[in-house]
Amino acid sequence: MNHEDRIERQKKIRNFSIIAHIDHGKSTLADRILEKTKTLTSREMKDQLLDSMDLERERGITIKLNAVQLTYLAKDGEEYIFHLIDTPGHVDFTYEVSRSLAACEGAILVVDAAQGIEAQTLANVYLAFDNELEILPVINKIDLPAADPERVRKEVEEVIGIDASEAVLASAKAGIGIEEILEQIVAKVPAPTGDPSAPLQALIFDSLFDPYRGVIVYIRIMQGTVKPGDTIKMMSSGKEFEVVETGVFTPKSTQRSELTVGDVGFLTASMKTVGDSSVGDTITLASNPATEILPGYRKMNPMVFCGLYPIDTSKYVDLRDALEKLQLNDAALEFEPETSQALGFGYRCGFLGLLHMEIVQERIEREFNIDLITTAPSVIYDVKLTNGDVMKVDNPSMMPDAQKVAVIEEPYVKASIMVPEDYVGSVMELCQRKRGNFITMDYLSKARVNIIYEIPLSEIVYDFFDSLKSTTKGYASFDYELIGYKESKLVKMDILLNSEKVDALSFIVHNDFSYERGKLIVEKLKALIPRQQFEVPVQAAIGQKIVARSTIKSIGKNVLDKCYGGDISRKRKLLDKQKAGKKRMKQVGSVEVPQEAFMAVLKMDEPNK
Amino acid sequence: MVRGVYIHIPFCHQICNYCDFNKFFFQNQPVDEYIESLGKEMALWKEQLQDAQIETIFIGGGTPTSLSELQLERLLTLIHQHIPMNHVVEFTSEANPDELTLEKMQVMRKFGVNRLSMGVQTFDQDLLKVLGRTHSNEHVYKVIENAKKIDFPSISIDLMYGLPNQTMEQWKYSLQEAFRLKIPHISSYSLLVEPKTVFYNLMSKGKLSLPGEDLEAEMYGYLMDEMKKQGYSQYEISNYSHEGKQSKHNLIYWDNDEYFGFGAGAHGYVNNTRYSNHGPLKKYMQTIDQGEKPLVMQKEVTFTEKMEEEMFLGLRKNAGVSLKRFENRYGQTLTEAYGKEMEELIQKEFIVIENEFVKLTRRGRFLGNEVFQYFLR
Repeated sequence: MNHEDRIERQKKIRNFSIIAHIDHGKSTLADRILEKTKTLTSREMKDQLLDSMDLERERGITIKLNAVQLTYLAKDGEEYIFHLIDTPGHVDFTYEVSRSLAACEGAILVVDAAQGIEAQTLANVYLAFDNELEILPVINKIDLPAADPERVRKEVEEVIGIDASEAVLASAKAGIGIEEILEQIVAKVPAPTGDPSAPLQALIFDSLFDPYRGVIVYIRIMQGTVKPGDTIKMMSSGKEFEVVETGVFTPKSTQRSELTVGDVGFLTASMKTVGDSSVGDTITLASNPATEILPGYRKMNPMVFCGLYPIDTSKYVDLRDALEKLQLNDAALEFEPETSQALGFGYRCGFLGLLHMEIVQERIEREFNIDLITTAPSVIYDVKLTNGDVMKVDNPSMMPDAQKVAVIEEPYVKASIMVPEDYVGSVMELCQRKRGNFITMDYLSKARVNIIYEIPLSEIVYDFFDSLKSTTKGYASFDYELIGYKESKLVKMDILLNSEKVDALSFIVHNDFSYERGKLIVEKLKALIPRQQFEVPVQAAIGQKIVARSTIKSIGKNVLDKCYGGDISRKRKLLDKQKAGKKRMKQVGSVEVPQEAFMAVLKMDEPNK
Repeated sequence: MVRGVYIHIPFCHQICNYCDFNKFFFQNQPVDEYIESLGKEMALWKEQLQDAQIETIFIGGGTPTSLSELQLERLLTLIHQHIPMNHVVEFTSEANPDELTLEKMQVMRKFGVNRLSMGVQTFDQDLLKVLGRTHSNEHVYKVIENAKKIDFPSISIDLMYGLPNQTMEQWKYSLQEAFRLKIPHISSYSLLVEPKTVFYNLMSKGKLSLPGEDLEAEMYGYLMDEMKKQGYSQYEISNYSHEGKQSKHNLIYWDNDEYFGFGAGAHGYVNNTRYSNHGPLKKYMQTIDQGEKPLVMQKEVTFTEKMEEEMFLGLRKNAGVSLKRFENRYGQTLTEAYGKEMEELIQKEFIVIENEFVKLTRRGRFLGNEVFQYFLR
């Protein structure tokens, strides 16, 4: 292609993503768009996806369906190239969402015609504003009996402040309004600007590791052109690689001879870990580099930390291998070796948030078959010592003694919670209980309220999601962003089992809540730890002072007395089973502690069973 | 050397709510054919039976007394035909109190059965119903009276505790009743809710209220203490008897010795191999008709397994495991084989060594499974 062809083609490109709350119909709408554009029938689409999966199986190639190229024959008789860019839907991945949006010029905002706007949607709309995207509101599920499109239209105008008079009334499920949406994309979403002959600037918005091809980097070309054989340079790290393939997803991974301005696709360049291609970074050509990095790049810093320990201590090396493998595909995952008196050798791992933590943990257990003890998650505390030193503490057991501590600061977030008016009272009560400071409250509509609180991140990390869900019967939606550090009166709570301190159970708690929490945790542990061969006292202590105590009774009776008519194998099986059950527990001193107990501090608001 | 024979009669007129043994509702079952199959099965083991010195025979179930007198007679005839009887000293049959008529008892007596094991379970009428048992206390009294009448040498009863909603008072009552009747041998088991039983289904629906671990432990403690007071000696986790009335058959199991198992779903231990038979009647009988032993599982016990079993079976006995016998059997001392485990268990006061025997302490008896696990490699 020459320069002029590229310019012509560029005018026909439309890049957009879909912003929607879970269950508001994002994937259904995406499916409809796929059908309507490249005129894929749903049957063919399925076949194509199945093909992809076979390919995956045969060649070990993983294909993410998160940046699809489509062609659409519009009513004006012209053929347009659409790139539909998918975004992760969770607050842990806000930064990745913002980079995906930065690869677009427009966003379809899907709002449920009955439920209205939700907090997560709003958060993503703001990200879209930040990236100066054209927002096309779509009011979906208008065929539902509870639909009230006019109310929702008003809500969109009032809350988001955009003109919603042309909002498409749609039902993705019933196929209503799809063509109108596509026409609006053509008419309203601006074509990409940029010069195909300028020095290359390609935005990395995602990447994944493929064992055969190395890292597959998802990019949006802002300026210039890139093709196989080019030597590219990562602008933040300065690392250079030679491009092996360039291509797009249709949705199959399809090679193209080049990618140029406006294109959304992938490149591979024999990169060994996704850490080589940080999301948000800019790719340029080594021979003709751009002078400036695209705006918005930042390294993602973990916010939540926990210890991961193999239950079977001999699997320590396996655990390291597993973490290394996961890190190939997950640049935000951090880990470093750590030792616990109670749990032995393990790793302190950093995550973007709780979901991220759970995903990693689950993958290690499932894909790598390592049973894990996970310690309760912690945030990073800034600790000023009386001698003037400053330290960062991400493991509660490492918190220095109270006498040595001058000030502890902890991270705070701004939390926005959208909730039907009826639940305002209970949400505020919850936030208050979580040490929140009330900031403001807005009525989105007559019956819906957006409540803003500043809350310590550690409280969010504990059990805020679950508590919010249960106090609002699932009607609340929630989002948060980190706003900085504030001083708090915090203390370290130690837990003693059988009079021995268990470092892995220590946690940081606000002084005012310490007695209450101490009482709750000893009761929780009593419920979670099975009865032992001997009586085990459970104590919560601040420094030398015991603030709560309870006792796990010794086993009353565990003996198989039934005769089984000479069926000795059965007796053996039962003993084997009991023994295996113990192996799944961690021996801490002389006490057998099950996995869940180490997360007990997270479950303190749940009633004991 | 094989020392015992177990024979399984898998038929019942009434299925108990807690029972998970191989059993079938009596009606429309090929009972007569089954008995003949038992004879044929024993014939298939002819060689091994000839080599054995059988000391005990135990007919269990199911319910042996579900058989008619005629069927019983046929069964016992077959037993005499196939099993060398000259060394048999104990010949037990299980019995349901409401099925064991004087006539059936006389048939048994005639064929040398010298011990009855009666499934009494409880003397509380309401609890009997909960268990799904059909007999009443009167049936039990009657059987005991009849047994005296014909001079039946020995009787044992089973008593269960830890039953749904059972109180300590109810348990005490059952025991007192057993003592009043001067039963020479009592086996006493706590209820274990097993899958595929009525109780299991009730429990999974949350509709079964059990006394719980602590009350169950209290009942067990009371049982042991009271037995002692009443002049019984406990010789195994669940068994108590007057002097000389111990069940020799059960002791074969705990001594880790060998025994034949005949009948559908029966288990045996012969020639260093533990085995079990097909449970379904058709499969069991067809296999025998084809001239093959109806085995569904055979497993040769390895040296290590045998040693483990020696411990977890032997420690069930109050007498414990003989250090000398262990060394003779396994060519190493108990300390050589399990030094570390023994040390820990002794220190925890779960076991003691006395007069060249290692045995459970009282606390160890409550925690038998905890102790046994130490000996599994």
